Amino acid sequence: MTIPRTLEPPGREGGVRPAGAGRRTRARRRKTSWRTAVRRDWRLYTLAVAPLLFFAVFRYLPMAGNVIAFRWYQPGGSLFGEYWVGWYYFQEFLGDPTFWHVFFNTLILGLLTLLFSFPAPVILALLLNEVRSRSWKRLVQSISYLPHFLSIVVVAGIIIQVTSQTGPINQALQAVGHAPIDFLQQAGWFRQIYVSSEVWQTAGWGTILYLAALTTIDSQLYEQARIDGANRWHQTWHVTLPGIRPTMVTLLILNIGTFMAIGFEKILLIYNPLTYSTADVISTYLFRIGIQSGSFSYGAAIGLFESVIGLFLVVSANLISRRVVGTSLW
Amino acid sequence: MVATTGLTPAQTKPSARPNPTRIQDGRGYRVFKVFNVLILLGVVVLTLYPFINLLAQSFSSETAIAAGHVDLIPKGFNITTYKTVMGDPTFWENYRNTVEYTVVATAISMVLTTCYAYVLSKRNLKGRGFLMAVAIFTMFFNGGLIPNYVLVNDLGLRNSLWAIVLPNAISVFNLLVMKTFFENLPSELEEAAAVDGLTTYGILARIVLPLSKAVLATMVLFYAVSFWNSWFSAFLYMDRSDLFPVTVYLRNMIAGATSGTNEGASGEQALQVAANIQAVTIVLTVVPILTVYPFIQRYFVSGVMLGAVKG
Repeated sequence: MTIPRTLEPPGREGGVRPAGAGRRTRARRRKTSWRTAVRRDWRLYTLAVAPLLFFAVFRYLPMAGNVIAFRWYQPGGSLFGEYWVGWYYFQEFLGDPTFWHVFFNTLILGLLTLLFSFPAPVILALLLNEVRSRSWKRLVQSISYLPHFLSIVVVAGIIIQVTSQTGPINQALQAVGHAPIDFLQQAGWFRQIYVSSEVWQTAGWGTILYLAALTTIDSQLYEQARIDGANRWHQTWHVTLPGIRPTMVTLLILNIGTFMAIGFEKILLIYNPLTYSTADVISTYLFRIGIQSGSFSYGAAIGLFESVIGLFLVVSANLISRRVVGTSLW
Repeated sequence: MVATTGLTPAQTKPSARPNPTRIQDGRGYRVFKVFNVLILLGVVVLTLYPFINLLAQSFSSETAIAAGHVDLIPKGFNITTYKTVMGDPTFWENYRNTVEYTVVATAISMVLTTCYAYVLSKRNLKGRGFLMAVAIFTMFFNGGLIPNYVLVNDLGLRNSLWAIVLPNAISVFNLLVMKTFFENLPSELEEAAAVDGLTTYGILARIVLPLSKAVLATMVLFYAVSFWNSWFSAFLYMDRSDLFPVTVYLRNMIAGATSGTNEGASGEQALQVAANIQAVTIVLTVVPILTVYPFIQRYFVSGVMLGAVKG
């Protein structure tokens, strides 16, 4: 009893009694025993049972299921494989030139997507922010959100129609005397098609958070800037952009976290063997190897590698942003 | 370009003090405003163009499409394809599957998400940090495709509705949105209800949920749209075409168009016929979403905002 009191900073020693009493209640509140907690809140805990079961079975069990990356797995056999093979599958895919090919494809496609589809909503939000007419603003917003609500299959269908030999792009090309291009059958066009369709689908919806952040900027800051002689462009650069910086950083970290798993479903729908050289990414490769060819362990090894890199990326992005700009997810 | 035009007026007009609230816009800014309208108009056109083109193609004849004449207006007006697709029993069967999967999955997701979000919203609950971490960690690390696939097959869920419903039952994003909403409800009401003898279940059912209609509606829409649009689970786990949702029906149709075999005239012909049918199928698939879109859009926006409060 005496030892902790001597350790307390002198400022806290107002009166012996209140300090001691305060400490005791604080300690008690923090350390409710499990027995008391369960007796008091057992009904709340029962509400958590079914969701916890979901997380255990469909989220954590598959994480544990990744052990098949280190074990011989027989389809129809044990969920966790038959016997240990160590790093065999990892060595195998690390020595596989196709793996490195799809690895770099993933990096290139991921970087291009980040480069174009991350700034697009910021720019669109800034432009919308300058619109005075309410109805015009709302119209543009409503229309630009629309692609977000479409199934990825529908988006793939639209991509196929727009880029087809008789689609609008080729009609325009023919109008200026150019021969039609079979876009989806040419590896050289895949990245452009992928990235622009990504921007088409996500730019409008992405503005929501930025527009919300823009409304929270103190209007006095603008007034102040105007008095200091700042024109619109200066105001945008020195008031608006810093105002939405935390939102930008948060979204950037989240984007980086999904970097490795990029576009799996969409690529699966629009690629074909002719475009594998640019379109095939880690996730589609492991889908073909793991599920279509049945090499479950090999696929699991690649998948685990992908997930670990993803986790590493998001953790380091978070750390860097906390150090550099003081914004972080956790 | 916009930037440089915007820079000039400030130098010519260094001080605008007499009327600080309503400054006359500089010439540069007026130029910018014109550009802004044009750019946003461009955004609108680029977003809508594919839809209108699709609609036009769906009503056009195959020969007009093949000749590359169809732009924004249907050429060689034709509704036989609509009749063909709508007369296909598999199409309607798959449509019914989509509705069924969406309803069941949304109901189950809502129950699980609401329960867990309510538990997480109780700040004084012992073990809350752990329960929170269990959910959050899955946002950044997941088991991956292969272990999930093996698990669903091992559980014997293949070719059943549960293969679509269960593995995606809780979206952590939606969970956090609901949790934030529950946390912001006034705690006095719940305390008063507890004094009046309501149990936790009673408080949740009779006090909290009626106060949360807005967020519940938003969550139902979030889940419903995502299940309505999903195709991959069904593609992975359904072997029989009578179990497919309509998204997989569409996928199988467009899969032919990307397979990269269009040599010779007959292949070319087949591809064009497919273009018209594809357009019709896409239109029929998106019609429900487009119909409800104007009404549900603002709920989505408010839901994203709620989620952002925390994130």
